[in-house]
Amino acid sequence: MSKTACKKIICEELCARAAHDKDIVVLCSDSRGSAGMSGFFEMYPSRAFEVGIAEQDIVSIAAGMAASGKKPFVFSPASFLTSRSYEQVKVDCAYSDMNVKLIGVSGGVSYGALGYSHHATNDIACMCALPNMAVYMPSDGRQAASLVGHLLSDPGPAYVRVGRNPVDDIYGSGAQFAPGRAISPLSPWPDCDVVIISCGEMVKAAVDAAMALEKDGVKVSVIDMYCLKPFDVDAVISHARNASLVVTVEEHVPSGGLGSLVAQAISSNCPKPVHSLSLPDGPVVSGTSQEVFAFYHLDSEGIAREVKRLLGVN
Amino acid sequence: MDRLDKLALELRKDVARLIHKAGTGHIGGDFSVMEILVTLYFEVMDINKDDFPNPCRDRFVLSKGHCVEALYAVLARKGFIDWDDVFDGYGAFGSRFIGHPNNKIPGIEMNTGSLGHGLAIGVGMALASRMDDGRNRVYVVMGDGELDEGSVWEAAMAAASYRLGNLCAVIDRNRLQISGRTEDVMGLDPLDEKWKSFGWNVLACNGNSCEELSAAFLLASRCGTRPSVIIANTVKGYGASLMEDKASWHHKVPDEQELSLILDGLDRRMEGLS
Repeated sequence: MSKTACKKIICEELCARAAHDKDIVVLCSDSRGSAGMSGFFEMYPSRAFEVGIAEQDIVSIAAGMAASGKKPFVFSPASFLTSRSYEQVKVDCAYSDMNVKLIGVSGGVSYGALGYSHHATNDIACMCALPNMAVYMPSDGRQAASLVGHLLSDPGPAYVRVGRNPVDDIYGSGAQFAPGRAISPLSPWPDCDVVIISCGEMVKAAVDAAMALEKDGVKVSVIDMYCLKPFDVDAVISHARNASLVVTVEEHVPSGGLGSLVAQAISSNCPKPVHSLSLPDGPVVSGTSQEVFAFYHLDSEGIAREVKRLLGVN
Repeated sequence: MDRLDKLALELRKDVARLIHKAGTGHIGGDFSVMEILVTLYFEVMDINKDDFPNPCRDRFVLSKGHCVEALYAVLARKGFIDWDDVFDGYGAFGSRFIGHPNNKIPGIEMNTGSLGHGLAIGVGMALASRMDDGRNRVYVVMGDGELDEGSVWEAAMAAASYRLGNLCAVIDRNRLQISGRTEDVMGLDPLDEKWKSFGWNVLACNGNSCEELSAAFLLASRCGTRPSVIIANTVKGYGASLMEDKASWHHKVPDEQELSLILDGLDRRMEGLS
């Protein structure tokens, strides 16, 4: 099993596809290094644009390019791209329905001890609230690579959050990722004790927790909601309907993210309690992302421990 | 150029009647910006409804989107939209003719409304044009009050840095914004020096004269690799004595008597031209 940063995969995929699609352009805000996009800048200097530390500008410029037929990909730290630029995203991309792909890099608590100013833990709530905007959080490299193809075939705006660190492969080479559909990284149980619904880096932790729980006799299904908007309500319902317990796991604040989306879907279709594991509503404890995950029960051990507690098993 | 000046006065009458009927609109800015729009659409830009959206067309962004009533009047006269539809729909429930530009309406490229977005959008369009080796030009009209927005200056830096000689910004310099004089709200002068220091080719003219505007646009098109900005010195409410240079007319709606005075005043000015 290899570890690769999703941003690296996205860069490689864009570099490959740009050879055949002259309309692909990339914009960075003094962020090409942290975005892992230096390779694109070297291969396609005439289609790579540095706009400086100007996150408002980068989004509007990309929208102007899209209005003139280009396919811009904006790479900027998720924290700034989804807050400093929010109005430009709202008006110039979402409202104007422009083909701008916003790649928020170093999302969640990737920046660790740099603190709350650099964390993007409310980005999913913000972006899901905008019209026309698709929202994705890939969990591994293969999913990220597949997503690039889908982004290029979809003419609307989209936001993709990726983390900073390399992530383990979850899916095999034959995995298929249908746009707008959730996927189960493990063979799902027809009837399970618990369904764990997660996205992004949390999927690997959920898978590991599920495997550990199964050794203790707990039947666990896992859903990877890598597409948060549009939201695959059918997948949530079909798995949750026959589960004793529904748990969501997300690298996000408690409001407006995966937990809220799942609770909304379940309350309308098969009402039952939804237990949400998330970051707190505020600045997180200082530490590396792995330390932060462990502190808030978002690592595999913490997820397994919380599931057992909720099920009342030892 | 009397023909265009006369057209600008005529279109003001459409705008005044529209705002009076709908009970909403930004008449002061509509009246200051009208010659700028008329000169661009009827003299300068290569934009026509018959081949829209021709990829080689010039691009236009009304960054001061609250003056959409003036743009509606111009687009209707250019044949993009039907003025009767605008007149019936503007401000009405469910109408597509809302108080800011919307790109669902033929001839409008981008949704605007929140100030300070248009210049950066124009930068993106100018970069795209250059990538395609296009000969088209990009025009962005901003208000002077809009220049308070920091995002304008981010875009100004980018345009000069990328040497976008195919980009032309126009500032409707009527020196008023909703709270009063621009220089009292947030000082802008020396405005020409600011733009020069950002690396722009700076032109200034009487922004209520189509002849002077036309000459400025011609000079802007010959400036090589530097982006151009035309500081169009205008009068807010131009063409109607009771509104001229009064901030209170930023978005005041004329009543029946005021409408009559406005229309009479415009008629007299048109007679003076012919």
